[in-house]
Amino acid sequence: MSNIMKTVAIAGAVTAALAAQTSTAQAMDQEKCYGISLAGENDCKAGAGTTCAGSSTVDYQGNAWKFVEAGTCESMSKDGDRAGSLEPLDRDLPA
Amino acid sequence: MLDAHPFSALPPGPGVGYKAQYFQSIMENPAPVEWLEIHAENYMGDGGRPLAQLRHLSERFAISVHGVGLSIGGEGPLDPDHLARLKTLCGWLNPASFSEHLAWSTHDSHFLNDLLPLPYTAATLTRVADHIDALQEAIGRRMLLENPSSYLAFDKSTMEETAFLSELSARTGCGLLLDVNNVFISATNLNLDPHAYIDAFPLDKVGEIHLGGHDEDADDHGAPLLIDSHGREVADPVWSLLHYTLQRSGPRPLLIEWDADVPDWPTLAAEAQRAADALAQVPA
Amino acid sequence: MSVSQDTFRAALLDSARPVPEGLSDGHGRPAGARFSVYRNNVAVSLTEALEVSFPAIRKLIGDENFRGLMGIFLRQHPPTAPMISQYGAALPGFLEGFEPLAHLGYLPDVARLEQALRESYHAADAVAIDPAELQNLPPDALMGATLTLAPTLRLIRSRWPVHEIWAYNMEDGAPKPSGNAQNVLVTRPEFDPIATPLAPGGGTFIAALADGQTFGTAFEVATQATKGGGEFDLTPTLSALIAGRAIIQIRPGDSP
Repeated sequence: MSNIMKTVAIAGAVTAALAAQTSTAQAMDQEKCYGISLAGENDCKAGAGTTCAGSSTVDYQGNAWKFVEAGTCESMSKDGDRAGSLEPLDRDLPA
Repeated sequence: MLDAHPFSALPPGPGVGYKAQYFQSIMENPAPVEWLEIHAENYMGDGGRPLAQLRHLSERFAISVHGVGLSIGGEGPLDPDHLARLKTLCGWLNPASFSEHLAWSTHDSHFLNDLLPLPYTAATLTRVADHIDALQEAIGRRMLLENPSSYLAFDKSTMEETAFLSELSARTGCGLLLDVNNVFISATNLNLDPHAYIDAFPLDKVGEIHLGGHDEDADDHGAPLLIDSHGREVADPVWSLLHYTLQRSGPRPLLIEWDADVPDWPTLAAEAQRAADALAQVPA
Repeated sequence: MSVSQDTFRAALLDSARPVPEGLSDGHGRPAGARFSVYRNNVAVSLTEALEVSFPAIRKLIGDENFRGLMGIFLRQHPPTAPMISQYGAALPGFLEGFEPLAHLGYLPDVARLEQALRESYHAADAVAIDPAELQNLPPDALMGATLTLAPTLRLIRSRWPVHEIWAYNMEDGAPKPSGNAQNVLVTRPEFDPIATPLAPGGGTFIAALADGQTFGTAFEVATQATKGGGEFDLTPTLSALIAGRAIIQIRPGDSP
């Protein structure tokens, strides 16, 4: 691509990208502090003890782990068609 | 230089452990809560909502910074990176109080996310005192040290916990944070008298009192084993032990800790009201 | 001799080890299962933290698998700092080498995306440029410009439809994943991070900008990367950067 074509393509993209924007106000006011996100719920706690009943013989037997079919990974791959089987593809990766 | 003021600048009223979901309720109607406690390690990110909330809260409330990860009772030296993070937080926030635990949690750079116990001996006393000195030097203020909840005892211990804490305070100038729920838990678990513990505690050094809920379990022999879960209301015998304590100590900043199965704001505010009522019965 | 913290820690993390000696129950007997309270606190508190941090991984493999898997992970990779909100950075690499889950090859990239969202949440605040600055630059100055991207920005480059897999587990009504590889841009317009799947070439373009390449060079390498797969369309990628308030500085160049 020539430099002129490149310049035209970039200028067009900048204009289109700007046109697609809504408000760009950036006030970090108090209301924006309301609520929590899943990403922020993971806290340190002091004295966060849990009773040892039930879990003390389960949760730290690390070497006994065996995968049992469960979870959404099953439903995602049960289509039978190629799309559902989720094979990795090499597109748009650095050479 | 450490200032000569008492052990904390918190108001002698009820406070609560802060959680992000309470932000709006607290800003709109905090009553009866007068001050807030945060866990230091949750405010060591570089930015975003946690720090923004804390900036807003600190404009309206006295803040107590409660560290849960320094490992003051650790065998190794304190983590200089973590000391620096505490210094940064205390520097910009200028909290009314800073407290940490008589416990360890880090060993060989592995953080175990629990408050682990240590024996009480002349050797551990020296080590913990050195760590308190290092912390107070780093943050440029006095700290409060909290009594732990115990599930077992060390055969090697040669000192009572109350004597250990008294001596630490005398050597380092630090104040103490008296967790009355922890006293009740340890006394029950280790077959001790909680009132005798309070009688032996240097109450004049107490800058803050903690209250929290515990769970009831049993050990191998069927003996009661209380777990410091912070997951429910404060138990009635702990309120009684608080009353016993306040009669002797006078009013103190009084915190409700509720960290697991966290309740809605009205439920937590009701617990704080109970703390306010307990304080109201105390002669100033 | 009393129990050292070495011994205490080793027994905490390995329940096959005996309870350390020198610990008693206050009734004159050995501490026995009371030590389990500490074992339990360590394992359960770290597992709960990982449940909050990696909800999509948890849904993908189910609760029971997740708890068992985290039990192994937390023993191999205990936290190295007391900020639990940062715990889990080692999980993608751990999943990559974990043979029993090799058939779910996308799990490491889904974990990378979840870690990126959390890092973005806690990253430093920065003020974005007024996007009109881009438009106001003369074409040559824009071509030669280098951009500083926000500390909240993360880029996930994947051979898997990683955004579709993540969305299928995290968003109501999201469709079942297709087979297409996806690069994902994480930005934080205010306080809540968002994940945006990128159009072809978008990952290459942003990676080049982050690497300090000029706007023109980034455009060029992105165009190269999409050869054979249609033309590189800059508009959606630039829109995502602007909407995500992810450009915080622009240094105009002299000429291309």
